[in-house]
Amino acid sequence: MTRFNYITTTFAVFGLAITVNAAQADEFTGADEQRWQQQFMDSVKQGRELWTSPTLGSNGVACAQCHPNAANTHPETYPKFQKQIGRVIPVWEMINWCLRNPLEGLPLAADDPKMVAIQAYITYERRGVKLEPGKH
Amino acid sequence: MNKINHSRRHFLKTGGALALGSTLPLSLVELAFAEPSQNFTFAYISDSHIQHINGNRFVRNWDRGLIRAVAETNLLTPKPDFVMFGGDLAQLGSQAELDHGAEIMSALSHKVHYVMGEHDYYLDLGAYWEKLFGPQYYSFDHKGVHFIVLNSIRTYDDWTYNRWPTNEQRMLEMAGLDNPNGSPFMVGDEQRNWLKTDLAKVAKTTPIVVFSHSPLQKIYKGWNFWTEDAEQIQALLKPFSKVSVIYGHVHQIQYNQIGNISFNSVMATAWPWPYPASYAQAEHYLPKLTVPMNRADPFFERDATGWQFINVASGNVDLNFSLYNNADRVVRFDKSKKHPEDKDFQDEKARINPQRHY
Repeated sequence: MTRFNYITTTFAVFGLAITVNAAQADEFTGADEQRWQQQFMDSVKQGRELWTSPTLGSNGVACAQCHPNAANTHPETYPKFQKQIGRVIPVWEMINWCLRNPLEGLPLAADDPKMVAIQAYITYERRGVKLEPGKH
Repeated sequence: MNKINHSRRHFLKTGGALALGSTLPLSLVELAFAEPSQNFTFAYISDSHIQHINGNRFVRNWDRGLIRAVAETNLLTPKPDFVMFGGDLAQLGSQAELDHGAEIMSALSHKVHYVMGEHDYYLDLGAYWEKLFGPQYYSFDHKGVHFIVLNSIRTYDDWTYNRWPTNEQRMLEMAGLDNPNGSPFMVGDEQRNWLKTDLAKVAKTTPIVVFSHSPLQKIYKGWNFWTEDAEQIQALLKPFSKVSVIYGHVHQIQYNQIGNISFNSVMATAWPWPYPASYAQAEHYLPKLTVPMNRADPFFERDATGWQFINVASGNVDLNFSLYNNADRVVRFDKSKKHPEDKDFQDEKARINPQRHY
């Protein structure tokens, strides 16, 4: 009986949601997709600006100096074992290694919008390349 | 020949007397002239990208690369006849950077000839560089070889003179290797006319070595691994029986043969660059002959950087790459195949995994 009540309640809540939003969860339009793509591309653009910025670190060195078009960053191979760190790491930890060392700067939090943008940019430059997690 | 091989021991002796000795590649040096009196060697240092932070601060990493190349070059015994610097001494062409670079280079106990790089040029179009190092293009003769230095990093006048509100911005726009606002490198009419006149005085059998900053061949336009008028320069060099072009800019090992012309790139002392093949969105023309350098390990600050020791053997050039954190490489001209080849890795089966770039 308890289970039956639960189901009834769920339907009731769901029904309410429909009347409020007037849309099914699995329906989205071309306009939605365009907006989502735009949000992503804004992040890519911000990432590109950070990538070429002399002020991301402390010594004027920019990521793009060693990685033109984010080449040789290989986001498609992460997470992977990084022998110098001694464990499997996601790409943002490697980005922070670069921020600390060649750029002589401070690391970013994993969810810092700047860190997200940098990852959006380097992954965008690798679009079309197949995922190969762990590859060296 | 025998005499020369004996001198190899002196190389090792001198190197061994110093702490750096064990890392020097000098046992690789082989001088192979039929006429020993014409033997000679020169060292090649390139792309130090000395970068000013502020006040008396410069980027330590790039400084160390150049300081090390200079120290190791000074260890060579017998002394190379001269040293070439292949361009991009500075990062943004400022007097502070050029002065600091020149001061580090002043520790060399050799005559140094300089090549202009785009990072030296686009702030003041080479004015301060000329005060320090002399003309932007010139030639000289040494032991029967005619050497030519070109400024190959000029571009269209409209881009240089009309596009940018300040010289500083012009410099920054050209300094970004992957910057879509950049412009293709070229030697240009003025220097091609000069080259034609210069070459008219040279016998067709005289070996010619051309130094440029950009490749005088077309590899990948997006990063200016490219010279817009490459074919026109190649045409001027075509009548000569032995021609070598040595270029910087690319921060990686490249070599090629086009007709009578051998092409060799040199390493940077500052940092390595990816091969164009590792940019998934681009088409490129890396010479098939090239066995790439190893992929760089960023945890070793000096990995995939270095300098070169060059033998001019019977008018062709053999490059000995002195790589700070990697096994040394030798790319030498193969007389029977008539093109440059890697001494150890040329065969497909001899290649190692770090040479596969993706």
